[in-house]
Amino acid sequence: MLSKAKLWLSLAFGTLLMWSAGAHAAWELNMPRGVTQISRETYDLHMTIFWWMIAIGVVVFGVLFWSIINHRKSKGAKPATFHESTKVEIVWTLVPFLILIAMAIPATRVLTAAYDASESELDVQIIGYQWRWEYRYMDDDPNAEEVSFFSSLATSREEISNSIDKGENYLLEVDNPLVIPSDTKVRFLMTAADVLHAWWVPEFAIKKDTIPGFINESWVIVEEPGIYRGQCAELCGMEHGFMPIEVHVLEPADFEAWYAEQQQQALQVAELTNAALSMDEAMAEGAEIYSRNCVACHQANGQGMPPAFPALAGSAKATGDIGVTMDTLVNGVPGTAMAAYGRQLNPIELASIITYVRNAFGNQSGDMVQPAEVNEFIVGGQ
Amino acid sequence: MSSAAIDHAHDHDHHHGPAKGISRWLFTTNHKDIGTLYLWFSFAMFLLGGTFALVIRAELFQPGLQFVEPNFFNQMTTMHGLVMVFGAVMPAFVGLANWMIPLMIGAPDMALPRMNNWSFWILPFAFTLMVSTLFMEGGGPNFGWTFYAPLSTTYAPDSVTYFIFAVHIMGASSIMGAINVIATILNMRAPGMTLMKMPLFVWTWLITAYLLIAVMPVLAGVVTMMLFDIHFGTSFFNAAGGGDPVLFQHLFWFFGHPEVYIMILPAFGIVSAIIPTFARKRLFGYDSMVYATASIAFLSFIVWAHHMFTVGMPLAGQLFFMYATMLIAVPTGVKVFNWVATMFRGAMTFETPMLFAIAFVVLFTIGGFTGVMLAITPADFQYHDTYFVVAHFHYVLVPGAVFSLMAAAYYWLPKWTGYMYDETLGKLHFWMSFVGVNLLFFPQHFLGLAGMPRRIPDYALQFANFNWISSVGAFLFGFSQLILLLVVIKCIRGGKKATAQVWEGAQGLEWTVPSPAPYHTFETPPDPSLIKAQ
Repeated sequence: MLSKAKLWLSLAFGTLLMWSAGAHAAWELNMPRGVTQISRETYDLHMTIFWWMIAIGVVVFGVLFWSIINHRKSKGAKPATFHESTKVEIVWTLVPFLILIAMAIPATRVLTAAYDASESELDVQIIGYQWRWEYRYMDDDPNAEEVSFFSSLATSREEISNSIDKGENYLLEVDNPLVIPSDTKVRFLMTAADVLHAWWVPEFAIKKDTIPGFINESWVIVEEPGIYRGQCAELCGMEHGFMPIEVHVLEPADFEAWYAEQQQQALQVAELTNAALSMDEAMAEGAEIYSRNCVACHQANGQGMPPAFPALAGSAKATGDIGVTMDTLVNGVPGTAMAAYGRQLNPIELASIITYVRNAFGNQSGDMVQPAEVNEFIVGGQ
Repeated sequence: MSSAAIDHAHDHDHHHGPAKGISRWLFTTNHKDIGTLYLWFSFAMFLLGGTFALVIRAELFQPGLQFVEPNFFNQMTTMHGLVMVFGAVMPAFVGLANWMIPLMIGAPDMALPRMNNWSFWILPFAFTLMVSTLFMEGGGPNFGWTFYAPLSTTYAPDSVTYFIFAVHIMGASSIMGAINVIATILNMRAPGMTLMKMPLFVWTWLITAYLLIAVMPVLAGVVTMMLFDIHFGTSFFNAAGGGDPVLFQHLFWFFGHPEVYIMILPAFGIVSAIIPTFARKRLFGYDSMVYATASIAFLSFIVWAHHMFTVGMPLAGQLFFMYATMLIAVPTGVKVFNWVATMFRGAMTFETPMLFAIAFVVLFTIGGFTGVMLAITPADFQYHDTYFVVAHFHYVLVPGAVFSLMAAAYYWLPKWTGYMYDETLGKLHFWMSFVGVNLLFFPQHFLGLAGMPRRIPDYALQFANFNWISSVGAFLFGFSQLILLLVVIKCIRGGKKATAQVWEGAQGLEWTVPSPAPYHTFETPPDPSLIKAQ
């Protein structure tokens, strides 16, 4: 018995030591209460059912351990002979049943409220891709410049591979966060372009699968402006752990300003598509895009991870006919992890990445495409 | 040699003992031999699946990528799940059914002995096929043990076809095993062994066998639809071709939820045998235990979509599946209350089987509590696909199903080998497993609530501490299982001779035959006076 006591003691000490060593949010035990009416009600449901379970546990385990301590043969206990009682069986069938009814009522109420996505003031479409999110704002004015963008992991590969220190928001930060106004009913329309994903922000108590061919609905009214983070919650392939969600909630006036600026930028991209891109500009921009979108599969040195993820260095698709490179980037390779980037990147970015893969990793095609050509390929070629 | 002459003479009136060498195991139709094969096979798979789990826990020991690539990590989570469910837990229960059901009902063997041989021997081929995918070009299945389409069809590695055939073979094996169990129980009970006198292990297996026959064909159907999507141009699950990815989940979970009970009902039966033995008191509420088992089995068919609360079902669907799921807590609660009432005012001793059985009651109930929490749909939106779910189902499967298997192994080892196992080592195994399993899975509740999704190879920094603890627990639990191997080998090689009765308080026909149980038992039916109400 002494050795057992020692084991417990050292365990308790070890735990205590670790506790004092890392005294920050890393010891979080419970779910967040969140920042919406629904999230708080969800939290309350969670705590209510939790305390019910604790109460039942105390009673059941209490009787169990009391029996273990007192009704042991070594203490001279003589076994009783009773072995059935219909009355008792009825009681312990009915009591849990009544507790469950007491739980089902508030759960039904919250669920019904969470399902009411009517009368939204802003609609945002969320599309899951391997392995990033696209956000499209659905403007009431059909002629308005569309605001839509992709949101990818911003954490560097060096942090993930442990070659540099990890930042505070490691794996929970993106390049282009979703921006929504506070105190506004925002409806999310969710779908996916390839496999299933799930959009989840714990502070909003929203988790919904995004499914190709389906449009799912969710909504929030966030009361506090701030930054909220989440992750993809449905296994979606290799980089499932690396497609976070970051939502910036702004005061409505700030949101309007941000939205107008986005529309302005969209107009500028349209103009720049017709401007010429130099080789140096394309290579610099291309390297940047490569590190965000391509490096996970094709690797930093362009060697890929054959056979699932082929090498780009020396590959026929990257060094042969430039039309083939363009087609691969724009339309992807169906049935493989190679996504169609025609929608994910704008023509300037596409021209840069096409140029980059043809002239990096020892590929020396020496040629390049212009954004206008890519745009023509997209508009005309399909 | 006179013994050779005697053996030769024996050949004429046919053999009474096992054949010699490897052919004994290859061609055996003896329920005890086949039971032994199943049990060793499942233990090997348990160690293999456990090794995969340790790869996962090693990678998750710290944030960042240390040991494996994300794609290989996904293969590990997939293979761990498949090997543990289909290779370790299910065959282990079939092994126990083979060994114990004929002994418990006073039958000479299983009803269909040749099919019995076949249903075991296709399993090693199925698992060789499946595990070999890890060495194939493009890697093995990497889409999780639930293999949701289209990740497992359009986007799957080429090896998925091998996976599909392996699942087909496992399904065939399970169906044959189930038919055999039903045929044996319904036709071969000794005179006087009425249905309501059967040990609960036999009852729970009878119901489990019906579940298997009902749902394994659904699994076979769904993987066949995948096969057609991948190779023959159909679009069952491909939205671009007019198919429906959600249909996959409905079909999978229509199999998958009863499957959960396939892995736990026989465990209920084992615990219902062990607790009365060591409490020296009859099982409380035998009848209500039987009815509760049947109710759970029925309900298991109408709750499948609680695995799919986030797919965007209509409100009415969500409510139906929430209410039905909550209802399962009622018969499950009845079982737990009956076990506690059996221990209440007993005269308990705490040999290794009893320790595992009590741990089962406590830790399975904790898994049941989180199960009720998960049924509350709005809260499930927060729990779904997080480590909270991982903690939940591991609590019901590891200190649940697996602990019941260990309890069974210790409980019946003396009957199988004729020797008592080493009680000190057994208790060491129990306490190391108990501490390990709780260190491993309890912190995962906190991780899930704090927001860590499942099936990720790397995580944000706020999840670091509990992952660290969980990994330490995993290695402790994993390596503790080698003690079980040691105990079993020691026990086979010798030790204190076991009596026929073995345990002072044990009831049932299996304790009326000598230890070790002779190769053939109950060639003539047992005396009806030996058959008592449970």
